[in-house]
Amino acid sequence: MFIIQDGEVNVFLESANGDIPLVVLGPGDMFGEMSMFTKQPRTATVTAKGNARVLTVDKRGFLRRIHEDPSLAFRILQKLSERITVLNEEMSRLQETLAQYEKQD
Amino acid sequence: MHESIHLDDGSRVAIVGGGPAGSFTAYFLREICDRVGIEVDVDIFEAKDFSKPGPAGCNHCGGIVSESLVQMLASEGIILPDAVVQRGIQAYVLHSGPATVKITPPVNEKRIAAIYRGAGPLAPGGPVRQGLDPHLLRLAERKGAQLINRKVHVIDRDSSGKILLQCGQDRFGPYDFLVGAGGLSEATKAQFEKCLGHPVRHKTTRALIYELYLGEQAVDHFLDHSMHVFLQTFKGLEFAAIIPKGEYATVCLVGDDPGKEMADTFLASQEVTRLLPPDLDIYKRVCACKPLLNLKTLDKPYADRVALVGDSGVTRLYKDGIGAAYRLAKSLAVTAVFQGVSAHDFDNFYWKKCRQIQKDNGYGEIIFNLGEGVIKRVSPLRYGILRTVKNEQQKPGRKRFMSMAMWDTFTGSAPYKDIIKRMLRPGVASRVVFQSLVSLFAPPPRGENNDSVRRAWQALQGRREDSHPR
Ligand SMILES: Cc1cc2nc3c(=O)[nH]c(=O)nc-3n(C[C@H](O)[C@H](O)[C@H](O)COP(=O)(O)OP(=O)(O)OC[C@H]3O[C@@H](n4cnc5c(N)ncnc54)[C@H](O)[C@@H]3O)c2cc1C
Repeated sequence: MFIIQDGEVNVFLESANGDIPLVVLGPGDMFGEMSMFTKQPRTATVTAKGNARVLTVDKRGFLRRIHEDPSLAFRILQKLSERITVLNEEMSRLQETLAQYEKQD
Repeated sequence: MHESIHLDDGSRVAIVGGGPAGSFTAYFLREICDRVGIEVDVDIFEAKDFSKPGPAGCNHCGGIVSESLVQMLASEGIILPDAVVQRGIQAYVLHSGPATVKITPPVNEKRIAAIYRGAGPLAPGGPVRQGLDPHLLRLAERKGAQLINRKVHVIDRDSSGKILLQCGQDRFGPYDFLVGAGGLSEATKAQFEKCLGHPVRHKTTRALIYELYLGEQAVDHFLDHSMHVFLQTFKGLEFAAIIPKGEYATVCLVGDDPGKEMADTFLASQEVTRLLPPDLDIYKRVCACKPLLNLKTLDKPYADRVALVGDSGVTRLYKDGIGAAYRLAKSLAVTAVFQGVSAHDFDNFYWKKCRQIQKDNGYGEIIFNLGEGVIKRVSPLRYGILRTVKNEQQKPGRKRFMSMAMWDTFTGSAPYKDIIKRMLRPGVASRVVFQSLVSLFAPPPRGENNDSVRRAWQALQGRREDSHPR
């Protein structure tokens, strides 16, 4: 997992039709937190926007500290919940657009 | 019989002391209350003005935020911006007599943060820094705590046991819960003891810290992104370190009666003169202080509605005091919100966490006694260890057991118990014994030849003088 200490980074998806920008992250934001819980390969690409200081959080040490102090996982849960909210909104928007297309057909 | 005292909507908390322990307690109290949905007022009383350079605006310490603490804080959402981090530290260099060994961690990142606690050294015309303590205070304020920039003179209880504070002529309170985070200040401790109803005994020792002006280029050139640790420089000096920060080097000495004499002997030692610039005027030292170091807390530092945290409560032996303040401040906040603020609640929860650190300090004592009594006195063993560490630097990160043990000892990154376990791994001890035998016959391990560093520096200086003809 990585946490931005200073500066900003771009998160994007690499696809055959070029890069798709997802989000810009700033100080305090984290990325790669899913790798703490799954073994799936990384799902997005991250590059620094100018100068950025990014901290690597060691998986083993962090998981151990979560065992001692489970509330440390709270912020990750919060971030993931926020992300699910955004995804839900996105999904309902896409479904609406799709429905409109179907009506036009 | 044991009644819990709970914090509820409208409860008031006073925190005396706005160092790391006070700020962390305020931060987590407000954060947890917010999560649970109760509104609790938190007032932090701090006597110092952290925007003043020099000892008056600073809680004196070496200024190392350990690797594990930087990570834990970041995962809590507490980040250290560039303005606060004076230098990222990537390696430790051990100096002992003619020997030097550099230890680098497996992750190639400048993760340890060298910081100033206040506005930085007292140097006329020097820049004012952003210190760690005011940074943490601001974060606590952002969570909704209120900073009262006053010194607390008197602490009392009212007839119902609630807490009353007095700053000069002004009275504050009543408070439902009082947190003592005043560090090792004797006057403040006396007020707390009165309120606790029993004395709190600490074992302490004095240290000497001062800032040496090198200039940014010389810091880069001679100290690099390394913290320099000195073993067995001379009798009476237990521990010495030089930490690069901006254009200064922080010199930290612990030993019997640290004073000017000890500092002069240290600066004149071969280890130090070899390391620092040849043209350095060591009397250009600015800003000196002699802080107390907490070695042991002997009693349960709490009673109904009152608990001590940080240096005035339980802390970690020698290393990572700020990390201990973070862990115990959080534990205190969790106990206060979820269990209550009676002595019984602290017994059952907060004290358990304190005990964990105290127990681990027991292992720490074994390590430091071993270091003091054996490793420092017996030079073949000392060189044997350095030799083992040096050989390990070629191995993959996870296999450097002795190096990691040394790294964790000096950086305060891991519990002392883990360090002992690592030292006792099969193979590690036998390798040390073997290398110690080798040391009986071979010269001590030497680091990079410092002469070349010096020559490069002199060439650099020469060039600079050429380009600025006077
Ligand atoms: C030589 C030395 C080197 C060290 N190096 C390191 C290091 O490199 N890394 C590390 O993690 N730790 C280090 N430590 C330990 C670290 O300094 C302490 O553990 C840490 O400061 C404890 O924080 P605290 O908040 O409990 O107390 P403090 O930092 O002492 O803060 C107490 C605060 O309370 C205020 N206060 C006191 N009384 C009152 C009152 N009556 N009214 C209002 N305000 C009051 C003070 O002004 C002060 O701001 C070192 C210690 C020493 C002595």
